[in-house]
Amino acid sequence: MGTEDLVVRAEGLRKRFGSTQALDGVDLRMRRGTVLGVLGPNGAGKTTAVRVLATLLRPDEGTAFVAGIDVLKNPREVRRKVGLTGQYASVDEDLTGVQNLVLIGRLLDLSGRDARRRADELLAWFDLTEAAQRPAKTYSGGMRRRLDLAASLVGRPEVIFLDEPTTGLDPAKREDMWGVVRTQVASGASVLLTTQYLEEADALADEIVVVDHGRVIAHDTPDGLKRKVGGQTLRVRPADPTRLPDVVRLLDLVAAPGTSADLDEAAGSRPGAASVPVAGDEALDKLIPALRGEGVEVTELALHLPSLDEVFHALTGRTKAEELV
Amino acid sequence: MTTWAPPIARHSAALAKRSLIKTMRTPEALIDVTIQPVIFLLLFTYLFGGAIADGNRHTYLQFLLPGMLAQSLAMGGVALGQNLNADIEKGVFDRFRSLPISRAAPLVGAVLADVVRYLSVCLVMLLFGSIMGFRVETGFWPAVAAVALSIGFGLCFCWISVWVGMMVRTSGAVQGVMFLLVLPLTFGSPVFVATETLPGWLQAFVAVNPITPLVKAIRGLLTGGPVAGPVTTTLMVMAGLLVIFVPLALRAYSRRA
Repeated sequence: MGTEDLVVRAEGLRKRFGSTQALDGVDLRMRRGTVLGVLGPNGAGKTTAVRVLATLLRPDEGTAFVAGIDVLKNPREVRRKVGLTGQYASVDEDLTGVQNLVLIGRLLDLSGRDARRRADELLAWFDLTEAAQRPAKTYSGGMRRRLDLAASLVGRPEVIFLDEPTTGLDPAKREDMWGVVRTQVASGASVLLTTQYLEEADALADEIVVVDHGRVIAHDTPDGLKRKVGGQTLRVRPADPTRLPDVVRLLDLVAAPGTSADLDEAAGSRPGAASVPVAGDEALDKLIPALRGEGVEVTELALHLPSLDEVFHALTGRTKAEELV
Repeated sequence: MTTWAPPIARHSAALAKRSLIKTMRTPEALIDVTIQPVIFLLLFTYLFGGAIADGNRHTYLQFLLPGMLAQSLAMGGVALGQNLNADIEKGVFDRFRSLPISRAAPLVGAVLADVVRYLSVCLVMLLFGSIMGFRVETGFWPAVAAVALSIGFGLCFCWISVWVGMMVRTSGAVQGVMFLLVLPLTFGSPVFVATETLPGWLQAFVAVNPITPLVKAIRGLLTGGPVAGPVTTTLMVMAGLLVIFVPLALRAYSRRA
């Protein structure tokens, strides 16, 4: 990829706090108009990296360009182009929703009237119009997050940094937030988001960077990452359950070397289907004519990629559950 | 608001407004600049006044009130450092830092909003003092000058509190550190007793105490006596406070991650 369409370009970022090497040579590249998910356990360096890119923190070493501007040499210009939503909602609790947003607008040199108009627009968009005149301290956690995110969008930033935007939100609210991110990207913004939720990175990100111990240990598309780490699984559910043994036999023919087909009997999975690890998409090309040849009708036939949970485990040697303890 | 003003002025004004909204929403935060000075005034006038000024409480009130005004101003600045410290801990300042505004604006804005608190100290003490029998012996304009000088001093002195607020971890610690500083400065001064009654070493401290010229200046402006000298020295002290503590506070602010 050419460097001209990179909206975030960081090389060799290092930052030490006391005895902790928070960033140990981080390289990041994000293409314009995409979502980059920065995935990693607590303490991996995700927040530090975001704070460096958002000009809140100077790295000890390394270079970073955001929207083509040098973060170290020209932080003030970078601040005109970026919006930041931190890990904890940094809204002013004593101010109302509208006062919070108008203040940001005024600090971004909007006129009083324009600041007010933009605030009303964002409050409506984030479903906060009814709460607009209430102090933010009366807001629920989800409302605060939304207000915080709205605050980072007042200046219509080109690049949006979201540091764990959904941590602590319930699943419905999390999906609302995902919708907001998608809308921003659709309207031309680029979003860098950090997350501990693998499914969040999978759902939103065009590319994922996995960070651990201050280093980038992988950078790929979600699918590419999964392919790299684990093979794919082919699952077939025959319309007639008595044909299941035939399905298992046919699946064995396309199995990846050293593997064999199994009935789906794991807890939580609906019985009546069989799965097999496969080496690649071409397994489908072989299987479909074989099924047809034997007259097996199927209700489900799918190629599944491994979950990011497994990807993470393979890359860091730890499970997500372990590091969340 | 005027659009031709330099950005730092506009941004500081917007941030000062934020502080004022917060103050109005939590009026109890004004206790230290309203009820507390009144309690001190009552306490010292009626409890100690008789013993200190040979039984003439009125004479003592005339002596005490201008000095106590200076003390209340110094103490009134403590809350600012605490508030800023709390703001930073909560992450509110991260938002300001990520905006294209001068890094000084959030601090300058907070300091400007403190005008309300220092004005409150002056008005409450003069009004309540007059109920207790205090009389301005000079005139209207000297009294206005005393209030203006007081507010100006408060705005300069509070930068110490801002600096401490940036340096220490918790807002409770800001209060601890500031009182360690403010108590000796305000009691080791001509606020409560005539300097001549003090032992020599303490007189030496009073002579170099930056609060001393302010006490003398307010006293001169409210109840008569030399004015030009103490006012000039006070203005120099104010300039000195700004020159030393504004850069220290800004540096500590930008270093605080």
